[in-house]
Order: sequence, then C-alpha cells, then structure tokens
Amino acid sequence: MSVGLEHYLVLAAILFSIGLYGALAKRNAIVILMCIEIMLNAVNIAMVAFAHYVNVIAGQVFTIFIMVVAAAEVAVGLALIITIFRNRKTVDAEKYDLMKW
Amino acid sequence: MGQQVAFWILALLCVGAALAVVYVRDIFRVALFMVLCFLAVAGLYVTLNADFLAAAQILVYVGAIGVLIIFGIMLTRESKRGSPTGKLRPAAMLVAFLFMATMIAVIVGSEWYVASEPSSGATTTQIAQSIFDKDGFILAFEIAAALLLAAVIGAVVLTRDKKDK
Repeated sequence: MSVGLEHYLVLAAILFSIGLYGALAKRNAIVILMCIEIMLNAVNIAMVAFAHYVNVIAGQVFTIFIMVVAAAEVAVGLALIITIFRNRKTVDAEKYDLMKW
Repeated sequence: MGQQVAFWILALLCVGAALAVVYVRDIFRVALFMVLCFLAVAGLYVTLNADFLAAAQILVYVGAIGVLIIFGIMLTRESKRGSPTGKLRPAAMLVAFLFMATMIAVIVGSEWYVASEPSSGATTTQIAQSIFDKDGFILAFEIAAALLLAAVIGAVVLTRDKKDK
C-alpha cells in the first residue's frame, strides 16, 4: 500500500492528540508551551500534505503564516512565564491561581 | 519507494519523539526530544515536496524556538522538579484518545479529493508568487510582519527588569 494523503493526515491527528494530552495534563508551564508547539506542527503537516496531494500552493503559504504566529507566540509566552516566575518563584501551572475565582 | 521508506521512518521518529516529550521526566531532555520531533517534521516536509518549508522549519523551529525554549528552562531553574502531570491527567488522556479516535475514523472514512498529479518542482518561486502577486496574500504578509514586531516589543517590555529605570 503506497503512502498517500490519508497517511499524513492520520500522522497529523496522532501528533495533535499527543500534544493535546500534554497541554492538558502537564503542570510545568514550559512543557505546556512545548506541547502547543507540537500541536501547531501537526496542523502544519496536514496543511502541507493537502498542498502536495491537491496540488495548490496556498497550503504552504498558510503554513508559513502559522510558523510566524508560532514564533511570536513562543516569544511572548516565554516572556510571560519568566515574568511570572520572577514574581512567584514557580512555573507550576496549577499554582498560577491569581485570577482564579 | 524511497519516499515511502522515508515517510515511515520519519513518522515513527516524529511520534516517538512526541511521546517522549510527554513521558520523559527530565525537562531538559524533553526540550531535546521536542527539537528531534521538529527535525523529523522537517524531513516529512521534504517527502511532501516542500523544500522551502523544510528549510524554514529547521531555521525557525529547530534553531530559534528550540534555543528559546532551552533558554526558558535554564532561566526558570525548575529542572530538578521534572515535568509532573496534574490532577487532570485521566481526563486529558480520555479527551486526547477520543479526539484521536474520532479524527482517524473520519480521515479513513472520507473520500478525499486528490489531484491526478501531485505537486512537483521547486516551490520557492510558487510561494513567492502566491504571496506577492496581485490578489495574493500580501495583506496577511504585512499583518504577519506587524505581529512579529509587536511580539518582539512585547517580549522585551515583559521581561525587562523594572528596577533599573
């Protein structure tokens, strides 16, 4: 059985689910950020697979924009985590309860 | 044939590295496994005839984001506590598993439109034309540039030490 569009989409789904599990279950805020990056990468794989097999270049252009947003998100996210760490001496997401009801 | 072998190797590497990100306790190794996962994704882009994106993936994800995350780990000095899971773990596992099962069922069960000829040839020119041509993505491109500038300024403002003003 030759590798086709479905294989890449299933791979993207598996990768997204792993990232989803990590983002929901982990307590270290930096690990949560890493898992979000893995989810974004999974979406990128699906997008590039569509661009290749349907033969439209727009999928790759969207992937570039996702990369830009991911880079911006990591920069601001890490800045936030480091600022909170300075004030509260922890990166445990369950101890970030300042705005909890 | 070569593309299929490459796909299976890279797919296994990618999923294995992602699982290691979730299961390994040492947070510094977690970051290295994340970088390995990104490298495997770059390889997958090559198998999908996306040469420019593979290069961009290595530059942006492996280079910039990998180094940034490792810097974040160093600066927060919590590596000795590992990467524990919270009390949401069973629920998170259930949600992720259900999501994966649904997605795979839908993907396998659907009839996907596939062009008779998959894309071939260098993509850099095509991407540039798609962005900069008339009716292209030029507005989104400009907004992305403004977003990056705002993110850089925001990161600098957030992390600056307030004392030395």
